[in-house]
Amino acid sequence: MTPVVKVNNLVKDYPMVDHTVRALDGVDLSIESGEFVAVMGPSGSGKSTFMHIVGLLDRPTGGNYQFEGREVSALSTDDLADTRSQRLGFVFQAYNLLSRTTAVENVELPMVYAGVDPQLRRAAALEALGLVGLAHVANHQPNQLSGGQQQRVAIARSLVNNPGLILADEPTGALDTKSSEDVMALFRRLNEERGITILLVTHEPDVAAHAKRIVTFRDGKILSDRRAESQEAALR
Amino acid sequence: MTFLATLRLAAQALLRNRVRSILTMLGIIIGVAAVIVTVGIGVGARNSVQAQINSLGSNMLIVMPGSLNQGGVRTGNGGASTLTPADGMAIAQLPGVAAVSPEVNSRTQVVANGNNWQTTVTGVAPTFQFIRSWPVASGSFFTQSDVDSASKVAVLGQTVVQNLFPTTSPVGQTVLIGNVPYTVVGVLSSKGQSGVGQDQDDTVLIPYTASLERMTGQTNVGMLLVSATDSSQTDAVQTQITGLLEQRHRIVAGRPDDFQIRNLQDIAATASQTGNILAVLLAGIASVSLLVGGIGIMNIMLVSVTERTREIGLRMAVGARNSVILRQFLIEATVLATAGGAIGALLGGLATIGVSMTAGWATSIPPASVALAIGFSALVGIFFGYAPARRASQLNPIEALRFE
Repeated sequence: MTPVVKVNNLVKDYPMVDHTVRALDGVDLSIESGEFVAVMGPSGSGKSTFMHIVGLLDRPTGGNYQFEGREVSALSTDDLADTRSQRLGFVFQAYNLLSRTTAVENVELPMVYAGVDPQLRRAAALEALGLVGLAHVANHQPNQLSGGQQQRVAIARSLVNNPGLILADEPTGALDTKSSEDVMALFRRLNEERGITILLVTHEPDVAAHAKRIVTFRDGKILSDRRAESQEAALR
Repeated sequence: MTFLATLRLAAQALLRNRVRSILTMLGIIIGVAAVIVTVGIGVGARNSVQAQINSLGSNMLIVMPGSLNQGGVRTGNGGASTLTPADGMAIAQLPGVAAVSPEVNSRTQVVANGNNWQTTVTGVAPTFQFIRSWPVASGSFFTQSDVDSASKVAVLGQTVVQNLFPTTSPVGQTVLIGNVPYTVVGVLSSKGQSGVGQDQDDTVLIPYTASLERMTGQTNVGMLLVSATDSSQTDAVQTQITGLLEQRHRIVAGRPDDFQIRNLQDIAATASQTGNILAVLLAGIASVSLLVGGIGIMNIMLVSVTERTREIGLRMAVGARNSVILRQFLIEATVLATAGGAIGALLGGLATIGVSMTAGWATSIPPASVALAIGFSALVGIFFGYAPARRASQLNPIEALRFE
């Protein structure tokens, strides 16, 4: 089967005034469909850069990236936007919900840009909200919801287009322990029950522990890549 | 993504920030409302000037006696007593002349029905009602045979009727004009005030022959009213009348004429020129106020783009193309401007009606000017919305998402 994400010798340089910062320095990684991968590493290790490139928000300086078998460097900016809209879901640390907009309208947003019919859109958005256990707050606005609820709305938004990959950037960074646990349990359930592929960036080991595979970055390179079957078994 | 879907997105974004949207529109609203009010009053004023000119008579020329030099002493205009009914008949034969009527004015006391009233008794020909576009309200006008026989018949103006016959119908009754009994054959319709505030209805019309015979005892008339067949003919007719009268009055070349001709088209032209100056002025006000409104929109849209940087980043992350972002912000600006224009036109219309009701001025708002104002507002929105929209569409999604 074609891997969802396949990168070879991925390089990303940021030119500065008098030198160049190499954020990614030859990364090789492959993520299969149905995987739940946590990317760890200290600040400046390149994990965020990696996620931006994988999420098609940024382009690499060198190397190859195939998303669902398609070479990304050949895609135009509009193609990248369309791929993000149809095949990728994003969850951010700061939720990034539209204010003064109801939960269900927030969940609909990716479908608006994908050109889905308004009636189908509403039905799919309500279904996604049901999946994250928030059907009862569909018509509430973000400021009426707790942090954990807002993040679950954001998760509903990320999965509403049936993406091939959900990218989560520090999704528990702004949450308390209890809400963090809820959100991670939700990710795990989505991965296990629905087979959704998830790439999660975090610097907290106990958050990463929910994933089946942990990739650790340091100085733009992969330091370790291990399956966490035993850890996961221990958690259960 | 369809235009309609983008329009809906823009509308949602604007409704989310209602107060700011209204404040942003305020510049355009006030600008367009001011334009509509000034246009309404300006056009109303022009129309009433035009109506007054038309009420004097269509395509009318007035031939008046000129100055007379008697042994070095010059009388003023009207001093010459050389204009005769025969001159009028000769003028009536000229090509381009539709009708001619002499006018002989005298002020006198009119008595009837136990009432008396001093008014202007004017001797005219039946063509007068055509030249002045002044039909009778009841009865009929006197005829050419009344003129030929200098009949003692009269047509009364409305003001005279109110003062002499407040309760009864005057037609068929007798009035004493200078102690001579005249039979009332008709009553004129109301004409209202003239351009200089004179009550045109305070008059009694009799055949000019009767006037010359019984009132003035002279052979010359006060003036000749001439109606050209077409408004484009008035200048040509004026030249021909000048030639004809110089010949009839034996004016030696180089000597001053003993008559003068007033052309109402000149007055009409002056009035319409005034109207044009007014229109240019209004267009100036309109463009300045819409420019200011447009700058206001650009300012707020730039603030809005900065404030919504994270939102824009998110929209890009979930799949909005740059062109869609550009379009959404452009539409937001255009919707703001167009809605502002429409609200402004509505308020301006209401204010114009208010002015017209409180000040009693005639006003008129041409639909085209409303359409133009709203259309121009939309253009202002597109023009001033482009820079902020472009800035939004060029944002880097990663930086936008991190923006605090």
